[in-house]
Amino acid sequence: MDLHDLYGDIVREHSMSGHNLRHLEHPSVVVPGRNPSCGDEIDLELSVEGDRIKDGSFTGVGCAISRASVSIMLDLVRGRTLDEAAELARLFLAMEQREPLTDRQLDALEEAVALKGVSNMPARVKCATMPWHTLLNAVEVARGTD
Amino acid sequence: MIQGSKADFPFFAEHLQEGRPVVYLDNAATTQKPYPVIDAVRRYLTESVANPHRGAYQLSGEATSRYEAARSRVAAFLNATSSDTVVFTKNATDSLNLVAESYGRRHVGEGDEIIISIAEHHSNLLPWQRLAQENGALLKYVYLDETGMFDMEQFRQALTDRTKIVAVTQVSNVTGIEFPVAEIVRASHDAGAVVVVDAAQSAPHIPIDVQALGADFLAFSGHKLYGPDGAGVLYGATCLLQDMPPISVGGGIVEEVTERTVRYMDPPLRFEAGTPNVEAAVGLHAALDYVDAVGFSRIRRQEQELTGYLVRTLQAIPGVSLYGGTEGVARHGVVSFNVGSVHPHDVATILDSQGVAIRAGHHCAQPLLNFLGIRFCCRASLSFMNTKEDIDALSDAIISVGRWFDGSA
Repeated sequence: MDLHDLYGDIVREHSMSGHNLRHLEHPSVVVPGRNPSCGDEIDLELSVEGDRIKDGSFTGVGCAISRASVSIMLDLVRGRTLDEAAELARLFLAMEQREPLTDRQLDALEEAVALKGVSNMPARVKCATMPWHTLLNAVEVARGTD
Repeated sequence: MIQGSKADFPFFAEHLQEGRPVVYLDNAATTQKPYPVIDAVRRYLTESVANPHRGAYQLSGEATSRYEAARSRVAAFLNATSSDTVVFTKNATDSLNLVAESYGRRHVGEGDEIIISIAEHHSNLLPWQRLAQENGALLKYVYLDETGMFDMEQFRQALTDRTKIVAVTQVSNVTGIEFPVAEIVRASHDAGAVVVVDAAQSAPHIPIDVQALGADFLAFSGHKLYGPDGAGVLYGATCLLQDMPPISVGGGIVEEVTERTVRYMDPPLRFEAGTPNVEAAVGLHAALDYVDAVGFSRIRRQEQELTGYLVRTLQAIPGVSLYGGTEGVARHGVVSFNVGSVHPHDVATILDSQGVAIRAGHHCAQPLLNFLGIRFCCRASLSFMNTKEDIDALSDAIISVGRWFDGSA
């Protein structure tokens, strides 16, 4: 196993930067994400106006993979519509399931492609996918509160 | 010929990670299996498979005698007075659930009390938490003193004439610290309470004498003691087992069944409905023979030396914090720690990339971790067959964590 596939520069930078680790002033939705067996415990906050995600953040604790994943995800979906965010989440989850994605689909995931290497490590896949499952839940909640 | 070293364990020659044997430091989770255990299971599966206690033919008799010989071997291992005190279960969890569901349900009522320690593994916590909730009893916790030891004074104060059950671990699976079980038993008996001992973490490291301890029930798992999975044990004093109903019912446990009634067999068979796991029992028999052949005095000497070396090595690494015990408190092969603020799962992954296997997480002891003020940690756990080179490899791997994460995240 080459650790660079897992802890590349993008992943390490996001895991340590903390620029998305904060509370929003007026979040529209706050959704918990948990990996009980490893102790990843994050709360995802989204501020949604109409069908658009104006801002997003997270709080809580998690491993480097889950922290990087949620941070990259927030940068990716900020400013997108709920539908676009849900589609990106589905693409990301497909990538971690090792489903073949087209170059165009991989391009759409931008920095999140840095987490592709996690799909080779079954024990850590759920660290990477948990934030995106949480995002799908948050999108559902946001739609319900409209 | 038994060496009492890694040479006895084919795993280390057969399983290579990038060309090297694994540095296996997760013995508290489960142990690798020595040749005599593998050979005994293979011999049973090759030569004498039949359903014990059922067939009238010679082969079934042979399976029965192998199964019952394993039971006698366990009784001798625990210095129990009779093999009738030994119930085979799936694992220690299964054993503890049996006590709670069978003995506990009958003897713990509204307003009664159950006392456990804060250091219990979830398997010796949840059966009591559920029983207390469902029967309207009070679940009391005994916490640890500043040295990480079971607080005997607090325990004596918690004991009342309503205390029906005291359930404690003999050795913590997080800190490795041994609790004064014999003393706990004496105080509990004086108060009229029955004591359940979780020996899952102690049985691999120290000789257990149920008579000297005075334990009423004691549970352990064969797979943590070099035996196969599925070889759990519940020891129970005969007078207590006699009066307990089976939880799982079915074949192999009855004297007579009519359309409306049943008369169960005596213990221990009463608690072993269905075809038993004979190969696990046979493997456990061989494992206990193996442990005795190595000898607890040697096991203890090697493990104490290795544990001391492990603690000193970890203390010497900048940024590493150790949990659960002050200097001078004896630990049995288990040390929990964190590396700066790096999440234990990242530590475990980085160690794994260098062929070092440790456990990371909450170790099925969330209330204890909460008491220690942490949510999760790394745990290295030793067996006598580990070496100082294993601990050096662990140390090198931990030092390399800083090359990936500066710990400030």
